[in-house]
Amino acid sequence: MLEVRDLHAYYGKSHILQGVNFEIGDGEIVSLLGRNGVGRSTTAKAIMGDVPPNGSIVFKGEEIAGLKPHQIAQRGLGYVPENRDIFPALTARQNLLLGQKKAGKSGRWSMEDMFDLFPNLRERADVPGGVLSGGEQQMLTMCRTLMGDPDLVIVDEPTEGLAPRVVTQVGTLLEAIAARGISILLVEQKLAIALSISHRVYVMGHGRIVYEGTPDELRANEQIRREWLEV
Amino acid sequence: MFELILFSILNGLVYGLLLFMLSSGLTLIFSMMGVLNFAHASFYMLGAYFAFTMSGYIGFFPALIIAPIIAGLLGALVERYGLRHVHRYGHVAELIFTFGLAFLIEEVVQFFWGKQLQDYRVPEVLDFTFFEMFGNAFPAYKAFMLLVSIAIFVLLFAVLTRSRVGMIIQAAITHPNIVAMLGHNVPFIFMATFGVGSALAAIAGVIAGPVLGTGPAMAFELGTIVFVVVVFGGLGSLSGAFVASIMIGLIQTVAVALDVSVSDFFGLFGMSFSPDDFLVDVWTITLPQIAPIIPYLMLVLMLIFRPQGLMGKRES
Repeated sequence: MLEVRDLHAYYGKSHILQGVNFEIGDGEIVSLLGRNGVGRSTTAKAIMGDVPPNGSIVFKGEEIAGLKPHQIAQRGLGYVPENRDIFPALTARQNLLLGQKKAGKSGRWSMEDMFDLFPNLRERADVPGGVLSGGEQQMLTMCRTLMGDPDLVIVDEPTEGLAPRVVTQVGTLLEAIAARGISILLVEQKLAIALSISHRVYVMGHGRIVYEGTPDELRANEQIRREWLEV
Repeated sequence: MFELILFSILNGLVYGLLLFMLSSGLTLIFSMMGVLNFAHASFYMLGAYFAFTMSGYIGFFPALIIAPIIAGLLGALVERYGLRHVHRYGHVAELIFTFGLAFLIEEVVQFFWGKQLQDYRVPEVLDFTFFEMFGNAFPAYKAFMLLVSIAIFVLLFAVLTRSRVGMIIQAAITHPNIVAMLGHNVPFIFMATFGVGSALAAIAGVIAGPVLGTGPAMAFELGTIVFVVVVFGGLGSLSGAFVASIMIGLIQTVAVALDVSVSDFFGLFGMSFSPDDFLVDVWTITLPQIAPIIPYLMLVLMLIFRPQGLMGKRES
């Protein structure tokens, strides 16, 4: 589905990504873990073309490095931004509609699916996104991306600052996404959901991948966890 | 008194809505690019000149449609091949670019049409008195200007708040990167907004040219007032721009119509000034004489007491 080879990225003069390599198979849930500032979010943004990438990014057999963000999205890559970046002035329903790439074009996910998954959103469909709670906003950003019918979703820190009950909801949604055959790249700092739902995990440190394994292997590998993950 | 108020309000609305046709585009462009487009009123001027020349061949009404389309396409080209490249060098470079463009357009206009005022007249079909009251005539052309402005206002409002394109524009103003990553072509949306904003300014030029005069100074004359409007209303706020447009339109026309001075006020109490009194020129100056200053005075006071403007949000 996605193959990233020798990916470099820069913010000004600082060399943030220093040769990142990883891949995601069809229908696979993969987590990209690591402490703050190691380049996880930058990796996500470089794949989406939001940060200029250097290197090779092959998506569904096509090189996408160098394409513009909207072209990359049109090819079936979805991105759920961190910080719950909803459009605050638009209603929840309008936020969802903007997720569709063309008016009225829904693929695997309809507006009704979203409301069935999160009855809260149905109740608050016509209030401005800005007044939704943090958890509702997180659901809304994820649902908005799904409305564009992506084949691979990159989810950036979906549980940051959310109550434990909502974190569980996020995990449930991610599993519902995977159940429809959609691949997921979960970018996370915390291990909780990542280890419970992922098929494979990568650990990043200093702009590189420093570890690759299954969640069980990472659980057992105390040295890697202590060196690269635990704060 | 009643006829004075009625005609002042009508004239103020004509002028205020005309200002809004310019300030709405300027506000949208500012919200997207973060830069005040100094060349905005130049498209107003181009609209007037294009329509003046075209109406000689194809008549006023076809020109009312075609001149703004050409100006809008020019605006889109300016964004696509000018501003977009300058953007990476920061806001100061963009500001200077639009500043230079304003001068360039003025020079080009003088090159083709000369420095003199053009004989751009109200079309004959609209050259009659719409209604007469208390001996004052309200020309049909002003009613036509009012009609066009209101139609544009309603259309703009409907597109921005009711259509999918409007929602995408609203979202792209605050979150351009996110909108792009949802698959929408944000650079194209910016270019189109710039084009439509320029076309709106040109429509204002087409309809105002015969009334306010079509000459190379027209961009500067109206442009400065439009800047006052957008800053007074609050940079980036469309509703602020609307309120400020109408306010400044009304205040200016009412001020011109009210022939009063400070000495008239004292005169009510039986006091009068003789030519030898201290600062007599100041006390006897009339409101119409200072009318042109009022908008700038409002601007300065607004910046001192409420720098974000009427409805603008303070940048954090």
